[in-house]
Amino acid sequence: MTESFTIAPVIDVAQERHEARADEREVVFDIHDLTVSYGPLTAISGVDLQIYRNVITAIIGPSGCGKSTFIRCLNRMNDLVPGTRIEGQILYQGSDLYASGVDPVDVRRRIGMVFQRANPFPKSIYDNVAWGPRVLGMRKDLDDRVEKALRSAALWDEVKDRLKKNALSLSGGQQQRLCIARAIAVEPEVLLLDEPASALDPIATSAIEDLMHRLKREYTLVIVTHNMQQAARVADLTAFFSLEVDEERRSGVLVEYDATSKIFTNPSDKRTEDYVTGRFG
Amino acid sequence: MSRDRRRRIMNRAMEVLATVAALVAVAVLAIVVLSVARRGAGAVSWDFFTKPQALFGQPGGGIANALVGTALLVLLATAIALPVGVLTAIYLTEFAPRRLAVPIQVMIDVLAGLPTIVIGIFVYALLVVGHTQSGYAGAFALAVIMLPLIARATQEVLLLVPATLREASLALGVRRWRTVVGVILPTSVGGILTGTVLAVARAAGETAPLLFTSSIFANTVQTDVTKALPNIPVLIFTYSEQPDPALHQQAWAAALVLMAFVLLASLFAKALLARSRRKLAR
Repeated sequence: MTESFTIAPVIDVAQERHEARADEREVVFDIHDLTVSYGPLTAISGVDLQIYRNVITAIIGPSGCGKSTFIRCLNRMNDLVPGTRIEGQILYQGSDLYASGVDPVDVRRRIGMVFQRANPFPKSIYDNVAWGPRVLGMRKDLDDRVEKALRSAALWDEVKDRLKKNALSLSGGQQQRLCIARAIAVEPEVLLLDEPASALDPIATSAIEDLMHRLKREYTLVIVTHNMQQAARVADLTAFFSLEVDEERRSGVLVEYDATSKIFTNPSDKRTEDYVTGRFG
Repeated sequence: MSRDRRRRIMNRAMEVLATVAALVAVAVLAIVVLSVARRGAGAVSWDFFTKPQALFGQPGGGIANALVGTALLVLLATAIALPVGVLTAIYLTEFAPRRLAVPIQVMIDVLAGLPTIVIGIFVYALLVVGHTQSGYAGAFALAVIMLPLIARATQEVLLLVPATLREASLALGVRRWRTVVGVILPTSVGGILTGTVLAVARAAGETAPLLFTSSIFANTVQTDVTKALPNIPVLIFTYSEQPDPALHQQAWAAALVLMAFVLLASLFAKALLARSRRKLAR
C-alpha cells in the first residue's frame, strides 16, 4: 500500500447504529491520492478516503469543491467527460477501478448512480424500472423485480395502479424515487447519490432520507449533499471537502473525514468548524 | 430635424421595408401556386391519376405510370438514405471524437450543397454508362440528395435529447449502442420522421439527376427498378418541350400534383415535429 496519509474515521461503536460495528467495517472503496483535472483545471487533488460497506457516507462542502467530481469517479462516469485526467488510485473491493483491463460499463453496472435532477426516461413507470434489467439480461420474473425495486424505493403503493402511465406524469419527488428504483432494479452493490434531494421540497426530501436509511441494510451508499442538515440526518460518516487556493491554483481537497456526529459537534479542523457553524459556504 | 426624430423615421422605414420583403416572399409563393393551379387544374381528373401516359400524338392519358415510378424511386431512395443518414447522425452525436466529428460534419454540409446536376452526372458515370438507365440508379441519385438532409435533421433532434437521459442509461451499466436504441432513438423518432418527410418532399421533385438516370419514355406502368422508371419531374420536363398544348396543360397539372404533395408533406412534417417536441417537454 502507499504511505500516503489517510484520515481514519473513528466510529464510536456505542453511538453508531449496529450496521457500522467496527468488526463489520469492510472497506468497499479505498482511495489513494486521487487527483482529477479537466484540461488545465484541477478539480480535486490528493484525496485519501475509505468507504465502508452498509454505511452511508456523506460528502459535504461548499460549491465548486469537487464533491460531484469525486463521486463521479467512483463509477467512472467522469470517463464520459472529454479531457478528464485521473491520477492516483481507487481500489474497489481490492481491485483498481482504473486498471487498463477494466470495462467502465461493467463498473457502472455494479455501482449505481442517482443524479441531482430526476431523469426518468420518457417511458412508462414500469418500463423505467424494467428497462435496465431487460437490457442487461435479467428478464426472469421481471414483474416481481419491478415490484421489489419500487417497494424498496417506497414508491410501489403510489404507482401500483398506474404502472403503464408515463413516468413524466409523476411529481418531482416521485420521479426521484423512481430513479432510485430504476438504479436498484439492476442490483448494484453500491449506490451513489449526487445531491438527490436538492431539487425537492422538504416532504419529498424526507421521503428520500427515510428511504436511504432503509437501503443501507442492503447497499453501501455515498451521498453528495450541499445540505448540512441532510448529512447530519442520514450519514454515518461525513467527509468535508473544501476549496484550497494556493498560488493561483484552486482545487478541492478533503479536509476532514470522521463520524458524522464528530464532524458536526467537535470537528478537528478549523475549516470544518467554520463551515458547519455557517461561517462560510 | 433632430437626431432622435431621424432615428425614429429610419426605424419606421426599415420596419416597413422588412415587412414588404416578407410579403413579397409570400406573394411569390402565392403567384406560383395560383398560376400552376390556373393552368393545370383543368386537366386534373380521375383519369389523369389512373391512366398511364398516352402514346405520342394520341389524346387523353394520365400520369399514373409516372406517379407509380416516382413513388418507387422515392421509396427506394428513402430505404437507402434513411438508415445511412440516421446512423451517420448517431455516429456524429454519440460516438465520434471531436476531431473526427467536425470534418465529417463539414463534408456532410458540402454534400448537402452539391448541385443536383453534379450528383446526376456522377451517378450517370457510375451506374448508367456501360449499363442502361434504371430505377435504382435514379433512386441512388435521389438518396445522395436525401442523405445529408436526413443526417442533419436527425443530428438536430439527437442533440435535443437531454444529456441527463444518456447519463441515466449509462449509469445503469448499459452500453452506448443499447442506450442509443433503447432511450435516445425512441425519444427522437418524431424528429427523425419529420426530417425524412421533408427529404422525401425534396427528392420527389428533383429532376436533374433523373434526366441522367431514369428518363426513357414509357407509356405503361413500370415497376421493374432495373429499367428506367417514368416519373413526374421528367414527365413535366418532356411534356413542356412538346408542341401540343394539351400536353402543356398536363405538364402544369402534374406540377400541381407535385406541388400539392410537397405542401402537404411539409405541413405533415410540421405537425409531427410539434408532437415530438411536446413529448420531450417536461
